[in-house]
Amino acid sequence: MNGPMPPGLGGNFIEQWAVQRRVIGALLMREMLTRYGRQNIGFLWLFVEPTIVTLLVAGIWTARGLNQFSDIPIVAFAITGYSAIQLWRNMSRRCINAIEPNQALLQHRPVKMLDIYLARMFLEIAGTTTSFFILSVVFSLFSEQISPPEDILKVVFAWFLLAWFSMGMSITLGALSELSSLVDKFWPPAIYILYPLSGAMFLVSSLPHGMKEIVLYIPLVHANEMLRDGFFGSHFVAHYDLSYLIGWCMGLCIVGLGISRLTVEHRLS
Amino acid sequence: MIVLEQVTKRYHSIRGPIQVLKGVDMTVSMGEKVGIIGRNGAGKSTLIRLISGGEKPTSGSIGRSMSISWPIAFSSGFQAGLTGRDNLRFICRIYGQDAAEKLPFVQEFSELGDFLDQPIKIYSSGMRARLAFAISMAIDFDCLLIDEVMAVGDAKFNAKSKEELFVKRAHKAMIIVSHNMNYIKTNCTRLYVMNDGRLEHFEDVSEGIAMHNKMMAN
Repeated sequence: MNGPMPPGLGGNFIEQWAVQRRVIGALLMREMLTRYGRQNIGFLWLFVEPTIVTLLVAGIWTARGLNQFSDIPIVAFAITGYSAIQLWRNMSRRCINAIEPNQALLQHRPVKMLDIYLARMFLEIAGTTTSFFILSVVFSLFSEQISPPEDILKVVFAWFLLAWFSMGMSITLGALSELSSLVDKFWPPAIYILYPLSGAMFLVSSLPHGMKEIVLYIPLVHANEMLRDGFFGSHFVAHYDLSYLIGWCMGLCIVGLGISRLTVEHRLS
Repeated sequence: MIVLEQVTKRYHSIRGPIQVLKGVDMTVSMGEKVGIIGRNGAGKSTLIRLISGGEKPTSGSIGRSMSISWPIAFSSGFQAGLTGRDNLRFICRIYGQDAAEKLPFVQEFSELGDFLDQPIKIYSSGMRARLAFAISMAIDFDCLLIDEVMAVGDAKFNAKSKEELFVKRAHKAMIIVSHNMNYIKTNCTRLYVMNDGRLEHFEDVSEGIAMHNKMMAN
């Protein structure tokens, strides 16, 4: 019954990385089972849920005739916009107050606070990305409304940047929420303000001068513009600055990791 | 070896900082059985959490050159919505062990029968404790952290878990926290008495217990 010594309690970088991958994998399975269980479609809900939400929103936007102002393909507009919203929204929500219910897990030496965030974020990324992928493929193949993405690589890269940005933001908010309960109070309303501001519901080129410059301070707008540039770039003039967006991604990651370090030391027990 | 040097732990609270540990030194070598006693709130459980790595010290250092268990029979790391089997799988994954290989032992030792496939939230506290103890024993460590483990389970299970710990794992290092002085006297070779965030070391267990009793009387 005594197996080999549990490895990797300490050790070198490669060993630690192996431990971390294992722990994140274990946390992912635990999270999936806890959230979706084994009943009915089980963990398929992971992407079925965001898919349903995006479809509903796409339906509403189409019905409201948001495409009247230009020749922008409205379904593609909705799928890109709302998939992006779900990515950063769900990830940030899952990281806020993530540690307290899982505090006991930290008694297991291989489990680090960051692993809990990473597992939760990967799960959201997996669900939203699958949903985005399926919707894009299905609509490209079977709908008159959407032609296939014009530049698939750009779509993939923009999505990657969006996920990266969301990770930095979510770790930052998650770590801050352990320091102050105010984060949990202000973030839900902030999400509603960010919905329209994130660039999911407009194209920068359709905004009046003056407004353009202001919204381009918001990094999410750049990610959305790039995503749509890859999808249907020939229909509009995209506005984004790659270095500005990447700068934010790196900055938020550094800040987030810094604060979570601080949180580990100052966490109330 | 586990070596603690000048370890302090401060928590932040609404009323300001609370200094729980005020400079603690401690060593535990391979195979040693070390007891920790002290009144409620002296900082024993905080110390155990720091040793297990669940929390980081405010200052000072903790060196570990042997693998250390989580606090034995500690069941609050379990996910209540998951079954006993799923919780075992989770722990095994974390520690890189094969759950299928550990299952027969946990099944037999925990005496849970079909309940192993029920969510833990419907378990009685005794069942939960049996599962937690069995899972703790399924993973192999050099040093076991034992924080008031004997407070759980019925007499029969207690006897069984004593056998599992002190007979089958007699060669392991152990750090034992208890209020039961007989238990400490029987199982420990050295003793630390915790008082107001400080540790006093006693080579002679009885001497330490006498000291502790004197403090409790005041």
